[in-house]
Amino acid sequence: MTRTLISQAQIRRGRGRYVYWTLLLLTVLAFTLVFIGPLYWMVTGALKSGQEIAQTPPSLFPKHPETRNYADAWSNLNLAKLMFNTFYYAAGAVFFQLVFDTAAAYALSKLRPVLGHVVLALMLATLMIPAMVVIVPQYVTAIDLPFVHLSLLDSPWAIWLPLVANAFNIFLLKRFFDSIPEDLIAAAMVDGASPLRTLWSIILPMSRPILGVVSIFAVTYVWKDFLWPKLVMPSPETRTLSVGIYAFSGGTPMNVVVAASVIAAIPTVVIFLIFQRNIMSGLTAGSVKG
Amino acid sequence: MATMTSAPEASPTPRADVRPPARTRRGRKLRDNLTGYAFLLGAIFCFALFQWFPMIRGIVMSFQHTRRGVTTWVGFDNFVRIVRDPSFGTAWKNTFYFTVLALILGYAVPFVVAILLNEFRHFKGYLRILVYLPVMLPPASALFLFKYYAYDPSDAGLFNAVLKFLHLPTSEWMQSPTMTMPAMVIASTWMNMGAAVLIYLAALQNIPGELYEAAELDGAGLLRRIWNVTIPQTRLILALLAMLQIVATMQVFIEPLILANGAGTQDSATSVAYLIYQHGFFQNDLNGAAALGVIMLLVLAAFSAVYVRLTTRQD
Repeated sequence: MTRTLISQAQIRRGRGRYVYWTLLLLTVLAFTLVFIGPLYWMVTGALKSGQEIAQTPPSLFPKHPETRNYADAWSNLNLAKLMFNTFYYAAGAVFFQLVFDTAAAYALSKLRPVLGHVVLALMLATLMIPAMVVIVPQYVTAIDLPFVHLSLLDSPWAIWLPLVANAFNIFLLKRFFDSIPEDLIAAAMVDGASPLRTLWSIILPMSRPILGVVSIFAVTYVWKDFLWPKLVMPSPETRTLSVGIYAFSGGTPMNVVVAASVIAAIPTVVIFLIFQRNIMSGLTAGSVKG
Repeated sequence: MATMTSAPEASPTPRADVRPPARTRRGRKLRDNLTGYAFLLGAIFCFALFQWFPMIRGIVMSFQHTRRGVTTWVGFDNFVRIVRDPSFGTAWKNTFYFTVLALILGYAVPFVVAILLNEFRHFKGYLRILVYLPVMLPPASALFLFKYYAYDPSDAGLFNAVLKFLHLPTSEWMQSPTMTMPAMVIASTWMNMGAAVLIYLAALQNIPGELYEAAELDGAGLLRRIWNVTIPQTRLILALLAMLQIVATMQVFIEPLILANGAGTQDSATSVAYLIYQHGFFQNDLNGAAALGVIMLLVLAAFSAVYVRLTTRQD
């Protein structure tokens, strides 16, 4: 443990120890209230009847917990279908990002064709473009693809293809591949391995942690995204969870909307609790050392 | 060498250990490049279609008008129409207000939280998970929680119940034009601050302990150590995140859309991004929306240029 702002010795002895433990327990309490409190309120609020939720002061525990709101949300909003859609888009996003972004990062890191650095610069430049600025021309492109004049509306490709154009992934993957020793690649080449074979049998097995990070980010991105799927998936049959709940929120009792929101949030929370280490390290990997 | 027979020289294919003639070397180089671009093809295709092309197209569109499939050049007509929109001024005012409030609340808080968390030797994992948990929620889910339960203007709402319990005045939240923005900033900060906290934590862990040691030996107190060691050591990441946050909050969209049903009470929530959405997808004015996008790009680019110049000049 390296030394931080306050030295270990000061925390261990006398007054410092009391201050440390008081502050720590207060922080733990405050954080639990601030970050878990609203979630508790959300989950239990949706267990209350319409009458109980409107009473003042509000009850801390539901008096007659009933799962009717959750059942209503599940059936009235057709959450099973929405969840399947979202999952399907997320799975496709993982697949296409892994295939195309890994291949691209490998080419930029190891094969290094002429003008590769220009391509990389152009890709990274897109990180500077604010999303709202290009949303309209992106939409216009998606509803009428140049040259072929196909519309991607209501097609999963409208979600999958734009997600491949993810400069952050390319950057993360390329940086990871850069750290793989050149000798290893050269050895494989001498043994007669083709570039594809090298990627598949040498690079990818070594890159499992970063591939995991990219996959988890792809899933959570699709699960959280709102405006783009709202625009390109206008039909009720193709909507994602967030968009579907929003579309129904106008004419649905608020407890049912919140119940649906709870259900929609479960998958990402579960993913987070399982992969929290990878997620948190992946988040900081791109920012601090880069 | 002179004693060598002529047989190997006559061999039509060069041996592996012999330098190949220039022609095949060039051929090999070409093939290597082609292989490289074959691997890049999928990504380049997607970048071209959904990033590079739309960027140019957005600018082109903003000077055009399309009616019944016929596109004509109209000069600055779209810009004039957008600027004359009665919501244009309000949208910019609201957006700047949101950005400044979010900077005050959402920028200082994560840094302070990160400094605090970095000192703790216990419950480290638990506290980190808590801060990051809201980041993992779908924003629509979290915002419905705020809209229906937290910002309920009656005393049955979570926030009003807490305020009443503490004998503080309650609020109408989203129904009060003055509270709309602070309420949106609170929700937005709660949802997003986890990422900033973790990035700061990683930066804080890179500060060499000797610096604190030396500062303490020189008699620097706690605040002095924060001011003279922690902040200078994390200056780059602080500057970077400030810029990223401003660019992100200037595009605020889903908070007004869900919490305030778009415009909010007395237009108190309309943001520039929401105006783009309105023009593009409700008023059937994609060209006007593109023009507003270009204006937003210019504002953000100008801001970034000034910001980068100011922060790098201090060196």
